[in-house]
Amino acid sequence: MNTPNTMLSPELSPESLKKIDREVAKYPADQKQSAVMAALVIAQDEKGWLPKETIAAVATYLGMAPMAAYEVASFYNMYDLHPVGKYKITVCTNLPCALSGGVHAADYIKQKLGIDFNETTPDGMVTLKEGECMGACGDAPVMLVNNKRMCSFMLPEQIDKLLAECK
Amino acid sequence: MALIDTINPLLTTGWTKGDAGWSLKDYEARGGYKQWRRVLESKMSQDDLIAEVKKSVLRGRGGAGFPTGLKWSFMPKAAPVKYVVCNTDEGEPGTFKDRDLMRFDPHSVIEGMIIAGYAVGAKAGYNYIHGEIFEAYQRFEEALDQARAAGYLGDNILGSGFSFDLFAHHGWGAYICGEETGLLESIEGKKGQPRFKPPFPANFGLYGKPTTINNTETFAAIPFILGMGGEAYLNLGKPNNGGTKLFSVSGHVNRPGNFEVPMGTPFSKLLEMAGGMRGGRKLKAVIPGGSSAPVLPGEVIMDCTMDYDSIAKAGSMLGSGAVIVMDETVCMVKALERLSYFYYEESCGQCTPCREGSGWLYRVVHRIEHGEGRPEDLDLLNRVTDNMMGKTICALADAAAFPVRSFIKHFKSEFEYHIENKKCLVDPEIQRMGSGFFKAGAA
Repeated sequence: MNTPNTMLSPELSPESLKKIDREVAKYPADQKQSAVMAALVIAQDEKGWLPKETIAAVATYLGMAPMAAYEVASFYNMYDLHPVGKYKITVCTNLPCALSGGVHAADYIKQKLGIDFNETTPDGMVTLKEGECMGACGDAPVMLVNNKRMCSFMLPEQIDKLLAECK
Repeated sequence: MALIDTINPLLTTGWTKGDAGWSLKDYEARGGYKQWRRVLESKMSQDDLIAEVKKSVLRGRGGAGFPTGLKWSFMPKAAPVKYVVCNTDEGEPGTFKDRDLMRFDPHSVIEGMIIAGYAVGAKAGYNYIHGEIFEAYQRFEEALDQARAAGYLGDNILGSGFSFDLFAHHGWGAYICGEETGLLESIEGKKGQPRFKPPFPANFGLYGKPTTINNTETFAAIPFILGMGGEAYLNLGKPNNGGTKLFSVSGHVNRPGNFEVPMGTPFSKLLEMAGGMRGGRKLKAVIPGGSSAPVLPGEVIMDCTMDYDSIAKAGSMLGSGAVIVMDETVCMVKALERLSYFYYEESCGQCTPCREGSGWLYRVVHRIEHGEGRPEDLDLLNRVTDNMMGKTICALADAAAFPVRSFIKHFKSEFEYHIENKKCLVDPEIQRMGSGFFKAGAA
């Protein structure tokens, strides 16, 4: 999804706004800002990543300063402030995963894709990220696909299978 | 994976069917929400409820081990608006028990939170769920819908006049939000930077209101405590270490996973339940309570029982019950490098000793690992940790320092070998084989 920024409208779709409304309803009426984390995820799901204009649109919708929303977007690791591939694969290399091959899994997938961490394949399909503990160390090595899908026991065969899916 | 092995299961009784046993009707079939009904029907007093939890000596399962009943009793009675918050921001490396609670038995956490809400007089609660386990967050939301539809949550619950609602909030990748006040900031829609304490959350918590925060496993234990009585629960474990505990065993064992055992179970028994050492290799070291806990040499932990007091006596912490097992294929310098990078990456940047110190720790350990260590580096590392510990708003600085100090203390000769010889004491080929990623003989 390397679409230039200018191609995207910062405005969110009615479907996304409906989802955000559902989040806002969880909090006291005067605490709409509490929904910003979920709202930014909803926006990221719709746009593929979070251009500044989209962050500002989320902030306006929630009645908060754009900078306050940007602070949140830049503080938490899983918000993408730059375009990423259609598939973002995050590999855990923390110690419990590393003991069961997390670093080797990262080396393997880098070699298969011909890219390093924080790079995207030339066809724009896969972005590779290094991640910290995902809280699934019993399933090591662990990878996360597009932030929401956890893949367990990622030995070479499973990695090959995952990459074959990333079309 | 679902549960493999357990002794005296309570929390994990619902896990046997794995993904197929989490829904409301399954939970009710195994006695779920019975305690909540009993509390309401008997109009149990808040004081009696808290007294029962105190009797159980349930200690916070998130890492600090603070007595839960005592924490609840700190909540001011008269305050009109109060909150209950569950900390499922499980990001401590090695810990993965709350994820399985969310996946296999979310209603036990909901029931525990509702009862806690009743006990402290809160009208609303939030469960903050680690962003990386989004699938578990979605399941928890489904479970909440089920509980609401069945009348266990919401206005005038089961005609009692008591109202309580519960919501799920997800993180999005910040270890620091596992710190309770960082977590509160995060629910408020801000950066998750911890607050200075005091005031503690019981006085100034979510939106500035009195708030009780407990770990997921702590809440899940509540219905069981009420079911069997506080004293019976205490007697499952050891004095001052009540009940059963989930241990997440990872690293070089044959069957990594979660195991529920009574407090005070010997480490050797836990290791056996986890299938023993991978490939029958020799145990070198164990981090017994999540990556922030000091590492213990294999021969030390083999004499320990798994409870707060025994592990503390051995010089470490039971923490969240995350047991990271390392065998003889591990280079301790490289292992520490991974951990130090983590704390450097996850320091929130608020306090100078942590923001700068965690970076220095990582850079110095990195240069030792990469053959550029200097003879004075071990003293330097210890000095940096002196300047971090106890000098920051939250405990992340201490969490970054503990591994460094304990790795150097127990495995000093390995660090010195690295500095002198500019290479690992453990042959890189042996290290490579240890992870089990490569099949024997494959490239």
